[in-house]
Amino acid sequence: MLIVLLKPIGILCSYIFKAMGQSLVIGSERSARRKKQKTDGNLPVDTPTVSLTAASMTDLDNITQHQIVYKKMEQLMDRMQDENTGIPVRTVNKFRAKVPSVFTGTDLILWIMKNVDVDDQVEALYFANLLSSHGYLFPIDDHFLNVKNDGSYYRFQTPYYWPSNIFDPENTDYAVYLCKRTMQNKTRLELADYEAENLAKLQKVLSRKWEFVFLQAEAQSKVDKKRDRMERKILDSQERAFWDVHRPMPGTIITTEIDYRKLKRYKEFATLANGDIANLLVPIQLPVKTNVGKPTIESIKKDITAMRLKLDRRNIKLSKIADTYITYFEQYAEYDPFFTPPEFSNPWLLDNVEVWDCDKHSSMFSYRKEVTVRRIKRWAFSLKELLADPAGKEHFTKFLEKEFSCENLKFWEAVQNLKKLPQREVPEAAEEIWTEYLSGDSLNIDSQSRELSRKNMSAPDRWAFDIAAVHVYHLMKSDSYQRYIRSEMYKEYLNTSKKKTSMKGIRSIVSFSGKRDICPS
Amino acid sequence: MKDCKSYSVAPPLADIALRNIWNLDMALDVNTRSETVELLSREADCLKHKLEEERKKLNDVTLANVAERLEEVTFLNIKPRRLLKGNQAKMLCCDWSPDKRHIVSSSQDGKLLIWDAFTSAKEQTVTMPTTWVMACAYSPSGNLVACGGLDNKVTVFNISNPEEDPSAKKKTVGTHTNFMSCCLFPNSDQQILTGSGDATAALWDVESGQMLQSFHGHTGDIMSIDLSPSEIGNTFISGSCDKMLLLWDMRTGQSVQSFEGHLSDINSVKYHPSGDAVASGSDDSTCRMYDLRADKEVAVYSKESILFGVNSIDFSVSGRILFGGYTDYTINAWDSLKCERVSLLYGHENRVTSIKLSPDGTALASASWDASLRVWA
Repeated sequence: MLIVLLKPIGILCSYIFKAMGQSLVIGSERSARRKKQKTDGNLPVDTPTVSLTAASMTDLDNITQHQIVYKKMEQLMDRMQDENTGIPVRTVNKFRAKVPSVFTGTDLILWIMKNVDVDDQVEALYFANLLSSHGYLFPIDDHFLNVKNDGSYYRFQTPYYWPSNIFDPENTDYAVYLCKRTMQNKTRLELADYEAENLAKLQKVLSRKWEFVFLQAEAQSKVDKKRDRMERKILDSQERAFWDVHRPMPGTIITTEIDYRKLKRYKEFATLANGDIANLLVPIQLPVKTNVGKPTIESIKKDITAMRLKLDRRNIKLSKIADTYITYFEQYAEYDPFFTPPEFSNPWLLDNVEVWDCDKHSSMFSYRKEVTVRRIKRWAFSLKELLADPAGKEHFTKFLEKEFSCENLKFWEAVQNLKKLPQREVPEAAEEIWTEYLSGDSLNIDSQSRELSRKNMSAPDRWAFDIAAVHVYHLMKSDSYQRYIRSEMYKEYLNTSKKKTSMKGIRSIVSFSGKRDICPS
Repeated sequence: MKDCKSYSVAPPLADIALRNIWNLDMALDVNTRSETVELLSREADCLKHKLEEERKKLNDVTLANVAERLEEVTFLNIKPRRLLKGNQAKMLCCDWSPDKRHIVSSSQDGKLLIWDAFTSAKEQTVTMPTTWVMACAYSPSGNLVACGGLDNKVTVFNISNPEEDPSAKKKTVGTHTNFMSCCLFPNSDQQILTGSGDATAALWDVESGQMLQSFHGHTGDIMSIDLSPSEIGNTFISGSCDKMLLLWDMRTGQSVQSFEGHLSDINSVKYHPSGDAVASGSDDSTCRMYDLRADKEVAVYSKESILFGVNSIDFSVSGRILFGGYTDYTINAWDSLKCERVSLLYGHENRVTSIKLSPDGTALASASWDASLRVWA
């Protein structure tokens, strides 16, 4: 029974003798007992690495979301507690009482500013708070785990209590802990209101085991009493901080909560490790999925084919690619509200919905009313942009009508619409497209695409004319679209809009002077 | 029937064809030799090595180097502009209406909320018979919303008439064998594309509930999907807990390109607005960008001070800024070209689960476990 209760792993006691500047020993008796239980397990061969680079993360393979973060935090804790380059830990006098092994918030923030690539003090403080909320360091006398950038005192958590070691402690352990505190007649150990409530609840839930809980608490309390005063102070605070992480004060965030989507895998872990979750955190070699066994001939063959295909691709050099991104950015910066304020004030900044109203107007009613220069300029970027704007499409159609060549566009649109139909209507619509555009000679497409479409007509689906449509699209792109962009019709339209906007611009400056400049530019 | 059809593949994918004589030789070799695991894995290693060599050759510069000529992004002044307070339950997903001012959100308690983000008012509430509704999406017309999660289903509600109770017109469209983690309407109200914890994605016909296509290939839970912004729009990308991104051809159901590099679960994928690249966010606390034309990773966005995973990402209109919502309750804005962080947005009090740029790019919406949505601009 005792063993069951003390389950929260023992292997990790070995950590205790390691690393820490103020190296704490958890009650010798207790740790010895724990060691006996589990010494057969693998001892952690974890050498603390100094940096958090990707290289040290390569073995993250099979561990859960939380473990990745814990691992990085623990590497950082090792650095923080380095005797020479870490944070200075002292024993201070406060109201004539000695407070052992503490450091100040200011020291902590300074260290983070110096050693972690944070941008400013605000981020450093935020960073410190994250460490604290996960229980790696804690304020010496507050249930609320946060950090202030001042002279207040903080202490490091012992690795034994790190969340990576004991991730999901049991209620029985919590009950023993609370029960123990009621036995020790000290003001600093008095239960907070919420803890007293928790204890009462637990007493109900665990009523059958309660005698046992009580005995256990008594035994632990006796052990504690034998310890040195300073050591007890530290241990008490560390134990408290541990429970502040796992059974936090109401209203604070439970940092150990698992994303539901990841829970499935987490459970797989748990079953693999025989229910002892903490156990699996040390030997990481456990397979996540059972199907990730040894490679079979099939799987390797598949990999080989995949790699062959990859090798066969003709790829573009990074320099060229980088240039295309930059060109894209330069072209679209004008339309990105984070770079250029929108033509009408940003509705989220100035409570002005003019921009949306205008938008609606132009797509629902005639485009002639309110199409701004910026929008028209965008049509020249690509055929895609032109067709994406209802006003642009309308204008382009007009242009094509004049040229008597709007069949291509109509066909393209019909094919796009076909894809948007419910399945029930697809065969009929496909039939219509076939009769209208492809059965005759009205559409100028290559024989190959036509043949493919004909074949697909035996069982038409929504993608039956895709190839023909792509062909037509490229034709339009290289031919009629180019002519449209160079046409007088487009230029004229752009110019009239320019004139209109400049008139409107003057008016708007008069009426909304100053308002516009508030947007970041 | 389908098999007899042949499709041409979109231009960036078109190069996938056997062209090399060397290649053919090797293929013959494999067939004649006795096939042992050992031999095959030796060959696989050899190919892997070769692939790495080839990739190195393409790395003539780094993206950040080329982007040096650009001005730094120093003027971002993004602040929380609206706070939409939910009902105490963790917000798991949000999506913008095409009208640019309404937002749909889904939460852990099974509530689907329709917000007028501009006035911060809740307009409609739909109660789902399940908890953990992990995904929700607006249709292109703005009349339908789809959602699903722990119930393994994708359900569609008609919200066009505010007087009517949307759950009266509810329709279950598709069912997976595990939770549904993401969904979107691909350019039409009539179809839904879903991704699931059963490692598959599927395309559904809304009206009949028929599965039009399923996508098998991942070996882990699919966490996120995104539709290609190209004019043809027949491809989409998926990100999974198997640390892979796969690019799919919707017509054939085949994966046509894959990307790897992340060290842990991929939680979010998003196309660069140009359609030539995809970005991803992962539990390994990095965001990465992969180029379809180079067939490889082109940028990593990470920082030593960022310890927590990325849950959701989105690009600004020009593709220059990549926003990431993190488990450490913050939103980081990255300069996607210079590969540096340009802004850090504090405000949420618990992990950020979903971020979405508004359709006109004027604002960013974020959903969080702190039971609220925020609009940033």
